[in-house]
Amino acid sequence: MQGTSEYQPRTGIERWIDSRMPLPRLMYDSFIAYPIPRNLNYSYAFGAILSLVLVVQILTGVVLAMHYAANSAIAFNSVEQIMRDVNYGWLLRYMHANGSSMFFIAVYIHMFRGLYYGSYKAPREIQWILGVILFLLMMATAFMGYVLPWGQMSFWGATVITNLFSAIPLVGEGITHWLWGGFAVGNPTLNRFFSLHYLLPFMIVGVVILHVWAFHVTGQTNPTGVEPKSRSDVVPFTPHATMKDAVAMVAFALFFAWFLFYLPNYLGHPDNYTLANPLVTPPHIVPEWYFLPFYAILRAIPSKLGGVIAMFASIIVLFFLPWLDRSKVQSAAYRPLYRIFFWIFVVNVICLGYFGAKPPEGWYVLATQLLTAYYFVHFLIIFPLLGYIEKPRPRPTSITEAVLSKHKSGGGGTPAEAAASPERRG
Amino acid sequence: MSANTYPTTVPDSAAAPDPHSSEPSRRDFFVIATGAAAVVAVAGLAWPFIDQMNPDASALALASIDVDISAMEAGQSITVMWRGKPVFIRYRTPEEVEAAKNTPLSDLKDPIARNDNLDSNAPATDENRAAPGREEFLVMVGICTHLGCVPMGEAGDYNGWFCPCHGSVYDTAGRIRHGPAPENMLIPTTAFSDDNTITIG
Repeated sequence: MQGTSEYQPRTGIERWIDSRMPLPRLMYDSFIAYPIPRNLNYSYAFGAILSLVLVVQILTGVVLAMHYAANSAIAFNSVEQIMRDVNYGWLLRYMHANGSSMFFIAVYIHMFRGLYYGSYKAPREIQWILGVILFLLMMATAFMGYVLPWGQMSFWGATVITNLFSAIPLVGEGITHWLWGGFAVGNPTLNRFFSLHYLLPFMIVGVVILHVWAFHVTGQTNPTGVEPKSRSDVVPFTPHATMKDAVAMVAFALFFAWFLFYLPNYLGHPDNYTLANPLVTPPHIVPEWYFLPFYAILRAIPSKLGGVIAMFASIIVLFFLPWLDRSKVQSAAYRPLYRIFFWIFVVNVICLGYFGAKPPEGWYVLATQLLTAYYFVHFLIIFPLLGYIEKPRPRPTSITEAVLSKHKSGGGGTPAEAAASPERRG
Repeated sequence: MSANTYPTTVPDSAAAPDPHSSEPSRRDFFVIATGAAAVVAVAGLAWPFIDQMNPDASALALASIDVDISAMEAGQSITVMWRGKPVFIRYRTPEEVEAAKNTPLSDLKDPIARNDNLDSNAPATDENRAAPGREEFLVMVGICTHLGCVPMGEAGDYNGWFCPCHGSVYDTAGRIRHGPAPENMLIPTTAFSDDNTITIG
């Protein structure tokens, strides 16, 4: 979607700026005139929602840092002080704490959207890889943020997660001591986590800019998976995407507000309202809900190093999706088999999350192991295989054709669409 | 869009102005000299930035503690802090010692003593785990070797320790019997400075 700029500076000031630092031109071309496929649905609004949540997190975070003290002797009390004494402190902290959950809800929908419509396929590989990097940065930021209130779950979550590195042969113990700044999680650990928790969101902003830049080069995917071919396939970003994103953001804000005002602690854990105690481990440690599928994979393997490798591999495998998927068809709408396996995979991940919250006993262990095996089978076996055995449905020749046939007949796969699809005749 | 419309040429390489000369030029010298300076500076400065995260002098200074055990009786345990970590001191009952002694080494998941007072490959017999000269005492770092949780005492299938996080089970000598933990719990450097005082570290 590169090409000539359509920006026309209208006033003298705009011309003066445009010849010196053409930021208005960049904004106009990226967010006003930028052509988007005319058939985007609401699942494409989660990029905008994520940007909104990122802004909410940074604003509330900067304000909370004005009241929080990153010292293990007073951190817990300073959080309670924010809740009780600071004006609107309860609101800001609940926004920040629930905001992280909203961030992950939105990012998981965004990622599944990408999986469904084949957004990771050529020429959008770098776009996808930047997205996986963003996901990793988000996980690191969320993990370190959860440590800051210095409650029992903070302390023991930090202990368990940093101990993952002790599984590395030879240098593992040295790495954990280096991460802790001591021989156990303690004040030095809290200090550095606060520093990094403040830094990483700005790195996320940087990678988000690259992520957005990448799709302004390749253009967005769309539900048909057919690239725009003519002027009639696209509409300008403003007002079409702007308004659709705005509606989606307001709806998401309502959902956010429901948690914020009615269930502010529903997604948290009561143990974190107990001061960290290095001598007592809570009887049942669970991470925040958004880490549960990966935690389940960690526990599924009955070996320390094996579990750690499997957990990291479950995320690293995402980097290779553009090359693991051998199908030429981009959108699951035209891939009858992949569509089934996609939904099985969604259920698989949800089940992994469910078992991640259960104690590792009895039949839960076997169930988790089977689900973990399927997670990797999905990406490493089903993904490549489908490209060879699946017979895709005929795709429309253009977005316009797909949209018009849908409106004429009220659904895909109809005779009207078939008549318009040359592939089916040939 | 670009205001700069002057034609510019970029040299193919940092070669000398005269491409036929084999003599190194002034620019070759600067490329190598500044490049080498940058590499040395980055490599040299990286270490202070990395090493600052390692345990500092005050953390290292907490090297050893003395614990008074005169009030302990058989079947009692205490937990003390050493280097920010819990250390279990257990006055074991004769039955517990017996059970640990009667366990054949072949039943152990980790056959190595993991005792800082002994060789790194000493076998995990009970006498290699118990405090030196006082087999009724077991002194060990109370941290599960899986992911660092603190196990609960007098619990689990062997009435030793049970880790609530991921289900590792230890026997009455603190040896891993089953579960995800790979090693026996660590015995720190321990000595009896007198009959009633244990020095850890």
